[in-house]
Amino acid sequence: MPSSFEVTIRPHRGWQPIDLREIWLYRELLVFLVWRDIKIRYRQTLLGALWAVLQPLIAMLIFTFIFNRLAGVKSDGPPYPLFALAGLAPWTFFSTAVSQSSNSLVSNQQLVSKIYFPRVFIPLGSIGALLLDLGLTLILLALLMIHYHWPVSLNLLWLPLFIVAAVLAASGVGLTLSAFNVSFRDVKYAVPFLIQMGIFVTPVIYPIRYIPGSWRILMGLNPMTGAVLGFRYAILGTPSPWPVMGLSLAVSLALFISGLLIFRRMERRFADII
Amino acid sequence: MQPILQIEKLSKEYLLTRDSFEQSGVRAGLSRKWAALRRFGGSNLPDESTGEHFWALKDVSFNVNEGDVVGIIGRNGAGKSTLLKIVSRITDPTEGQVVVRARLASLLEVGTGFHPELTGRENIFLNGAILGMRKAEIVSQFDEIVAFAELEKFLDTPVKHYSSGMHVRLGFAVAAHLNREILIVDEVLAVGDMAFQKKCLGKMSEVSRVGRTVLFVSHNMAAVENLCRRGIVFDDGRIVFEGTAKEAVLDYLGRVSGSRDSTGHTVDLSRASDRRFARTPLLRQLEFYTDDNRPLSNDLQIGARLQVRVHFELPELTADFNVGLGFDNSYGQRVFTAQSQFQPDRFAQARVGPQVYICDIPSLTVTPGEYSLRVWLEINNSEADLINDAMRLRVIESDYYGTGKVPWNGVLVLKHRWHNEATKIQ
Repeated sequence: MPSSFEVTIRPHRGWQPIDLREIWLYRELLVFLVWRDIKIRYRQTLLGALWAVLQPLIAMLIFTFIFNRLAGVKSDGPPYPLFALAGLAPWTFFSTAVSQSSNSLVSNQQLVSKIYFPRVFIPLGSIGALLLDLGLTLILLALLMIHYHWPVSLNLLWLPLFIVAAVLAASGVGLTLSAFNVSFRDVKYAVPFLIQMGIFVTPVIYPIRYIPGSWRILMGLNPMTGAVLGFRYAILGTPSPWPVMGLSLAVSLALFISGLLIFRRMERRFADII
Repeated sequence: MQPILQIEKLSKEYLLTRDSFEQSGVRAGLSRKWAALRRFGGSNLPDESTGEHFWALKDVSFNVNEGDVVGIIGRNGAGKSTLLKIVSRITDPTEGQVVVRARLASLLEVGTGFHPELTGRENIFLNGAILGMRKAEIVSQFDEIVAFAELEKFLDTPVKHYSSGMHVRLGFAVAAHLNREILIVDEVLAVGDMAFQKKCLGKMSEVSRVGRTVLFVSHNMAAVENLCRRGIVFDDGRIVFEGTAKEAVLDYLGRVSGSRDSTGHTVDLSRASDRRFARTPLLRQLEFYTDDNRPLSNDLQIGARLQVRVHFELPELTADFNVGLGFDNSYGQRVFTAQSQFQPDRFAQARVGPQVYICDIPSLTVTPGEYSLRVWLEINNSEADLINDAMRLRVIESDYYGTGKVPWNGVLVLKHRWHNEATKIQ
């Protein structure tokens, strides 16, 4: 009987570190949960995966019409539709990820109360599945860039960093909200509202230079500012203020770590109260 | 050798929060939220002020050695499921600890995580992964799983089109092919049809024969007696009995029947509603006893002794009277009639006043179910008092044949023999 399987189950109090060994042991399950979410998301829909692209595409068209044409908002270089879509790609990912992951524990009650595996996989799996949608949106963006003859620069090499930043931000917020949602279903009502407001404090519709200089750094406290600016910087080559992006990336990382810790702390009561 | 599973002074406390309907209003709600927030910030312990405490488990300790097959029995709410949830790591204990020295698989529900939109094939992989199997493990066992579930034809059909039986078969098939040293099974046999239950029981005994350790919770006493070597009885969150499976089942049955209330084995007939009598009510009281003259106030196992004491009154001196008991099954069909006039050597002595007649059935061999008892008294060949539905008697499964196969069809359970043509009947 190999002693490596010895596990001691005892009461846990206070903050717990993340059990990386266990997460490694169960890594295949995370893949399966992502795969499940991808498989079922667009099942029994007419348009299927087109939905992943339609949402940012339509938002882009509306934003271009209302903010660019009617309100006169100007992008910082590229044609406004490109500018809007490059910002909408990470923003749509973030907002969908937060709303789905925050509800993930509650909608998978059966998994929580009947079987054990690292619970972080439930919100993380639903976020992972959305990376596919992000990829599809990026393909749409590439097609649009070809249409507008907009060049790509070496900045593109930075893109993975900003994708990671978006994932960290979405996971940090998603983990925290999903854990709170177990006890307080208020989360369900608060999330759509917060997401609606969020787009206005993130430079998705307008360029960051619209914000007065001394206030700009405050935008860095928003974890998605970095990802949105970064996507534009990497894909469209627009100039972006690194101090703001750097601060925002640090906030994303901090949110992710605190999200994991909060989740871990509340995790042990999930099965009792869900 | 160290025990494979070591449970030490395990306790689990739950806080029963009052329902929001009971304690409504914004302030009450906010104070509850505040208390919950403080709990989140503080310890694992429930808050003192907002609700009632309830110990689902209290100071439970026992060891399980490698290869043990342990049946855990007890009433609903006795703490069995809480124990399994802690051992399966679904919930934390409040006090104490469990040391698990092998890989453990727990099956608290059949088909956990099945997604209705996914096909049978896809769900096998998903469910296997949720139960902790590696993809390679699932691939290598895939054909066996499908064969066990008997669902070859429906592998690529979404599970939402499955019948509940198919659903359960698929779920058990995946779980049954988990190669883990310790298997924890909670009441999964309560679902599914009889054929499926038999198949599961077969698989379980196969698992235990190859030396794996099994913790088995069930209300099916026949299954516990047949599958398990050890038995542990839980009551009120504590262990109240430990012994062989057979002893544990007996202890549990004794506890269940003895516990309703001390006089539960007697039925006062003066309050009977469905009654007709000639002049005055004469039947007074029924008393029920089972094996070893233990009072019976609850369920009777197949083949157990049933002794009914009928208290009644004879208004005038007579030798010509007859007491009758009729057992009707839940379809209203008379299964058995017992009458004192059938007794060949009864005293034909004239009697008067209060009487107690005892009907002793050494072994009541009827199939499990609920039986309604009719009792009557005839004096001078005419009906003097009759009560319908004087008592409901539930007959429950037992390992009557000693094989773990529970008789459920038909009306009667009779000892019988099967033999090959070539062998002689002994």
